[in-house]
Amino acid sequence: MNSAAGDMDAFVQPHFLKNLILTSTRGNNRTMKKIVLATSALAFCAAVSTTAFAGATLDAVKKKGFLQCGVTTGLPGFSSPDDKGNWTGLDVDTCRAVAAAVFGDAQKVKFTPLTAKERFTALQSGEIDILSRNTTWTLTRDSSLGLNFAGVNYYDGQGFLVSKNLGVKSALELDGASFCIQAGTTTELNLADYFRANKMAYTPITFDTSDETSKAFDAGRCDALTSDQSQLYALRIKLKNPDGAMVLPEVISKEPLGPVVRQGDDEWFNIVRWTLFAMLNAEEYGVTSENVDKMAASSKDPNILRLLGQSGIKGQGLQLSDTWAASIIKQVGNYGEMFERNVGQGSALKISRGLNALWSKGGIQYGPPVR
Amino acid sequence: MAADPVTGAAPAKAALWRRPVFRSTVFQVLLILGVVAVANYLFTNTLQNLEQRGISTGFGFLSNEAGFGIVQSLIDYDETYTFGRTFLVGLLNTLLVSGLGIILATMIGFVMGVARLSKNWLIARIATVYIETFRNIPLLLQILFWYFAVLQPLPRPKQSLELGEMFFLNNRGFYHPVPVFEQGFNLVFAAIVVAVISIVFLARWAHRRQEETGQPFHTVYVSLAILFGLPLLVFLVMGSPMSWDYPALKGFNFTGGGVVIPELMSLLLALSIYTGSFIAEAVRSGILAVSHGQTEAAHALGLRAGPTLRLVIIPQAMRVIIPQLTSQYLNLTKNSSLATAVGYPDLVAVFAGTTLNQTGQAVEVIAMTMGVYLTISLSISTFMNWYNKKKQLVER
Ligand SMILES: N[C@@H](CCC(=O)N[C@@H](CS)C(=O)NCC(=O)O)C(=O)O
Repeated sequence: MNSAAGDMDAFVQPHFLKNLILTSTRGNNRTMKKIVLATSALAFCAAVSTTAFAGATLDAVKKKGFLQCGVTTGLPGFSSPDDKGNWTGLDVDTCRAVAAAVFGDAQKVKFTPLTAKERFTALQSGEIDILSRNTTWTLTRDSSLGLNFAGVNYYDGQGFLVSKNLGVKSALELDGASFCIQAGTTTELNLADYFRANKMAYTPITFDTSDETSKAFDAGRCDALTSDQSQLYALRIKLKNPDGAMVLPEVISKEPLGPVVRQGDDEWFNIVRWTLFAMLNAEEYGVTSENVDKMAASSKDPNILRLLGQSGIKGQGLQLSDTWAASIIKQVGNYGEMFERNVGQGSALKISRGLNALWSKGGIQYGPPVR
Repeated sequence: MAADPVTGAAPAKAALWRRPVFRSTVFQVLLILGVVAVANYLFTNTLQNLEQRGISTGFGFLSNEAGFGIVQSLIDYDETYTFGRTFLVGLLNTLLVSGLGIILATMIGFVMGVARLSKNWLIARIATVYIETFRNIPLLLQILFWYFAVLQPLPRPKQSLELGEMFFLNNRGFYHPVPVFEQGFNLVFAAIVVAVISIVFLARWAHRRQEETGQPFHTVYVSLAILFGLPLLVFLVMGSPMSWDYPALKGFNFTGGGVVIPELMSLLLALSIYTGSFIAEAVRSGILAVSHGQTEAAHALGLRAGPTLRLVIIPQAMRVIIPQLTSQYLNLTKNSSLATAVGYPDLVAVFAGTTLNQTGQAVEVIAMTMGVYLTISLSISTFMNWYNKKKQLVER
């Protein structure tokens, strides 16, 4: 089996799978798609062996000429398509940054909208190269799904969204309430934990997509909607009457969200992880999309010169071009720019940096040194 | 041993490997062995590769704590139960909606199928419009229609529509009282069993009497009297050992009593109305397949329209209807997996959805789920085949 694996690989890598998988993911095709995903996961796993894995993703991505990135079906601020089908958001920009690092072109990305339930199978089966879909890093997911979390692009926590005329000021007043939640999320588990710990009763109403979840909340099917807090702000602006709803103060869990890749391909893992770190370092040293060219030409700071590929190891270890980080910063921006544009003051969500500020500014975002 | 029908030669003369029976058996055994070997290879190979990838395998996860809640369960369940239990909860919810759906769809289908052939213009038109409308709108749209357009706009719990402070309808569901059985109610159950058994005997006796003497007996009325009278009598004698648990608004929602959640209602309505329209067509075609001479003969014998339909047409039409009915039942059961669209916790939503996602064990979970649908479908078709055979033997 092992010796044949190399040859088999050509068949089973994403090209083959992509033909199998329907690109449309909404409505009628959802169930179909899940079945296709599961079956292709089976076919995929049955035919390939592990040894052929390391380095395979970068080669395959380069060969097909674009990055296939798994995102949400639509969540303002993180990943949502506009009416022309252009995707924007923090998770979208994370993928664009990886594309900038690999191709020097942030536009070379194709997006696959996935529900919470579909996302891991899509990554395992090779349908996508990277999953960037507000996904919480947990022990189970990291250790038993054959996946690796490459970092954290947003530190979050679970909260509650209620209608103002419910007259509730704290989550502890929600005994006996019903909750709209999304299937296959940490949200489902935290909700159960929280109500068990506080000896309160609750009814979960579980939907597949955030759209269905927020529609049901809008229609009054449930008393509260619970999800990661950032997403509550995002879903709130999609409600019929955003001002009629409010986010309760309690944060009941830790939700470190970040990009995920398949386990066993360390090279690809490093690329994704250092794409994030490069953006954090850029913010720390004040390199922005606007001044990056000037900095590369005239900066005297050795940290900046190393980051922008003017000295040091450059892109060698990652098997990328020397200007990989400069491309990211030029085309997508540093972490702060990405944050403010999508979810911060430059966006409709107006979320403050909080935990997501740099470590030097009171937050916990920290990029290891580029040297 | 019989002689070979073609050559007339005694089979003992041919060498063993030349005998057709022997050869076909050998080939079939080889084929089965081959299929099993390939399946086994694929399965073990898949598991082995999954393991090498760091993806958990095996069925151990079934005994881990599930950790998530489910809105509707026919058995005891909360987040401290296991993933294995979520399988049962989902399975029962699937059986519930399919079972109820099959009953409702059959009733709707028979009524509408007969109505479409009615001589009454209005009734026939209504049935035609129903059939042509619901048969031609995709099922998913119908489910979403009932859920989002009909049930969601209902008032909120505080403004519920109510009937005598016992029944409440709001956008969280239909709340109804449930009986609480007290000591001594077991005897009432026993009375029901006795009633059912005696009805069976009564029906047989009535049938035999009619065969022998030609005198009909009002089995239906007498049966109903027994079915309700006997248990009621026991109930009263025992001093009414039952009370009702009424739903009441407490805090955010109704508590107490029972609830039919809107997710179930919309799915059930859509499945039975949609499938009912196909069954109606099957019924119509079955009835049309019975030649008109049968009706005329029945009328000539003095049977009225009702008994003609019941005793002459339907039994013969059933032979045409049953095979189609079988496939509609199978469709309904499989279509119930569209439940995920409105968040009804069926097997696909709970087990192949949340459980799969929380454990990541796609291969095991999907294999189990497919096994369930296969088993349900095979049971339905086995039953219907048996029923079909029985019906066909009635032919004289
Ligand atoms: N961070 C949590 C929850 C992620 C999640 O799926 N959140 C919902 C919020 S309602 C979402 O983003 N849905 C968007 C979609 O389904 O397209 C997890 O990883 O399990």
